[in-house]
Amino acid sequence: MTRSATELAITAEDRRVAWLATAAVGLSLVDAAIPSPLPGVKPGLANIVTLVVLLRYGWATAVWVSVLRVLAGSLLLGYFLAPGFFLSLTGTTLSLLTLGLARHLPARWFGPVSLSILAAFAHIGGQLLLARAWLIPHDGVFLLTPVFAGAALVFGTINGLIAAKLLADTPATDSPR
Amino acid sequence: MRWLALLRPGDWLTLAAGAALVGASVPMFWQGGLADRAIVRQEGRVFAELDLRARKQLEVPGPLGITLIAVEPGRARVVSDPGPRQYCVRQGWLMRPGEIAICAPNRVSLQIAGRTKVYDSISY
Repeated sequence: MTRSATELAITAEDRRVAWLATAAVGLSLVDAAIPSPLPGVKPGLANIVTLVVLLRYGWATAVWVSVLRVLAGSLLLGYFLAPGFFLSLTGTTLSLLTLGLARHLPARWFGPVSLSILAAFAHIGGQLLLARAWLIPHDGVFLLTPVFAGAALVFGTINGLIAAKLLADTPATDSPR
Repeated sequence: MRWLALLRPGDWLTLAAGAALVGASVPMFWQGGLADRAIVRQEGRVFAELDLRARKQLEVPGPLGITLIAVEPGRARVVSDPGPRQYCVRQGWLMRPGEIAICAPNRVSLQIAGRTKVYDSISY
């Protein structure tokens, strides 16, 4: 076999990110398969992966996994570069920024559930603002805010609990952070 | 019980704050509550106040002729109007407090009202 001219060195970190992103994409597909009463109200199961990654491998890895998940998920579901893609990207960006700040909260008091709820609110907030600014330039969009905020609270709590359980059940195998 | 053990003290705080935020967002974004009345004005004076619970039709006479208004549970609309451009008819059903259809040529307006008054705009 001829050696390729450009050899990409694949580190263990790359493999880890790829595996985690795959898990997140899988959960995105499950998410998309769950019927929703209102566009935008989704469980956001892939965020469980983001939370676990954040708390176990750090923020940078969480960013990688999330961005790859949004890209690959949108390609698989066929909404790459469609409005839904930008909504997803905005929500993810804002929730990652929020998580970046919130992970500095004292861990003794604030666990995955807090992070999850904060991220869920940031996610829906970003999406609403983008929708208002770009897709539906009318304040009527905000009429749905209480519904979205309620969904963010409920699903944020559930996802946070699942992430907390996963973290508690699986001891860290690799060195954290 | 096992699940509750996963919640740390601050998580309850976040949960409570989140619930408060959701609670606060309801009156903030659903200002005026639900639509419960339709106010019909003719020449600027209140011609009729209709309850939005019952189905009803109302004929309002104006300088051009009769403006026909229909009320259904939770919504109201202008069915027909003698005006030339038919803007108020084309607005369709009005169902949120503060919404208004104005048939200017016939000097008739139909407005939806809730329990509390909603402002069209506020300037400082």
